Amino acid sequence: MARHVGKQSMEFEKDISVIATASTVGTKEGKGPLREYFDVILTDNLMGQESWEKAESKIASDNLKLAVNKAGLNPSDISYVVTGDLLNQCCGSTFGVRSLKIPFFGVFGACSTMGESMGLGAVLLESGGAKYVLCGASSHFASAEKQFRFPMDLGTQRTPTASWTVTGDGAVVLGIKNEHPYIKRITTGKIIDMGITDANNMGAAMAPAAADAIYQHFADFGFKPDYYDVIATGDLGYVGQKLLIDLLKDKGIDISKNHIDCGIEIFDRELQDTHCGGSGCACSAVTFAGMLYNKLRHKNINKLLFVPTGALMSPTSVQQGESIAGIAHCVGIEN
Amino acid sequence: MGKEMTKEQYSNMVKKASPDSPIIKNCIHAFIVGGIICCIGQFIMNWCSVFGMSTEESTTCTSVILVVTASLLTGLGLYSKLGKFAGAGSVVPITGFSNSVTAPAIEFKKEGFIMGLGAKIFIVAGPVILYGVLTSIVVGIIYYFVS
Repeated sequence: MARHVGKQSMEFEKDISVIATASTVGTKEGKGPLREYFDVILTDNLMGQESWEKAESKIASDNLKLAVNKAGLNPSDISYVVTGDLLNQCCGSTFGVRSLKIPFFGVFGACSTMGESMGLGAVLLESGGAKYVLCGASSHFASAEKQFRFPMDLGTQRTPTASWTVTGDGAVVLGIKNEHPYIKRITTGKIIDMGITDANNMGAAMAPAAADAIYQHFADFGFKPDYYDVIATGDLGYVGQKLLIDLLKDKGIDISKNHIDCGIEIFDRELQDTHCGGSGCACSAVTFAGMLYNKLRHKNINKLLFVPTGALMSPTSVQQGESIAGIAHCVGIEN
Repeated sequence: MGKEMTKEQYSNMVKKASPDSPIIKNCIHAFIVGGIICCIGQFIMNWCSVFGMSTEESTTCTSVILVVTASLLTGLGLYSKLGKFAGAGSVVPITGFSNSVTAPAIEFKKEGFIMGLGAKIFIVAGPVILYGVLTSIVVGIIYYFVS
């Protein structure tokens, strides 16, 4: 059985294998530096649907099915699907999962959703109550803009600290199997709110949460930062990365050598004009399902600390002057 | 954890780490594009008077042409590209107002003509209309007593 470690962590006993992954991305991501790692690159971000929201659900639906196929399974073999997205009431996932006919847990962790779903998936497997679990997260640039910012065709300028919501879906199939890589441990993040109210500076809102979760992970397990080959945060972007490294340095932890941020990796900042980097649930989800999983499988990375980060807020809470709360979940994955 | 950082300390740290908007560059872009839009407006107005329109008729005609053109450019997805470059230069002129009405109309049409397009068409321009009207009432009352 899983072991509760330290304050916020859990260590798994069983071989919780990441059996297969699938990643689908939009046109812009498909032109980015990680393009060779993605399974599907869309040519039409609307997917022939009537609305951005329907397009997002279709992307999620197709990609989840692809992950199940790649694992050599049928949807009926999957015990649970655990997914989430950014849209109101998790509708992106609800309608994406609708046709799969698999018991469904909808989760919301803003852009940290992939960490939450993979962590919960691992817990389900460790409990013995599931055979295979399908975990995923999706986001869509246009549906997120529509919900959180302005209509797509409005002529506005983005601030230098703004990030670009990734269009896509990342999915993983987890199961008890003797096949690397394995989810070994998780540290579930607390909500950390340092009073940031600028919705155009999410990296700053999330960095303290990431720092707290990573610090707690190392404290709970007694690890040093160089234990992991790579520490990959979700979507802190350039500003958030700098803040994270500085915050952890203050606490005596130096992760500057092995830290990467999915939001920085996914776009070419200069060529693609994405300002602070990528964001959204899909940012960490597709980067894990694409590049990071590929490197784990090929043993270019053997120990990965995957730390999706989320900025918890709604358009209403921001308008009411409420600050943006950050969260981050650590998932330790090893060969 | 070591010593806890206060929100104030963190806010200073964020300010240092976050790049500022390139204000001078933005101002130059806004000046050029805003100026060009106004020149086009003036050109249309002069052109209208060639057809014997009065000043009042010319200004109305100019507004209509600019609003329709900006609306069309919004629909073609070009005005957002202009706005990204020009910033305030394409927001402040009447074409920006047109863009701020057309963009939500396109976006929220999918939610239907009543609760979507109808309810949300002024989601961006609404505050301008409301406070513009209120301000004009206040100014009108002051003008009535002063004159």
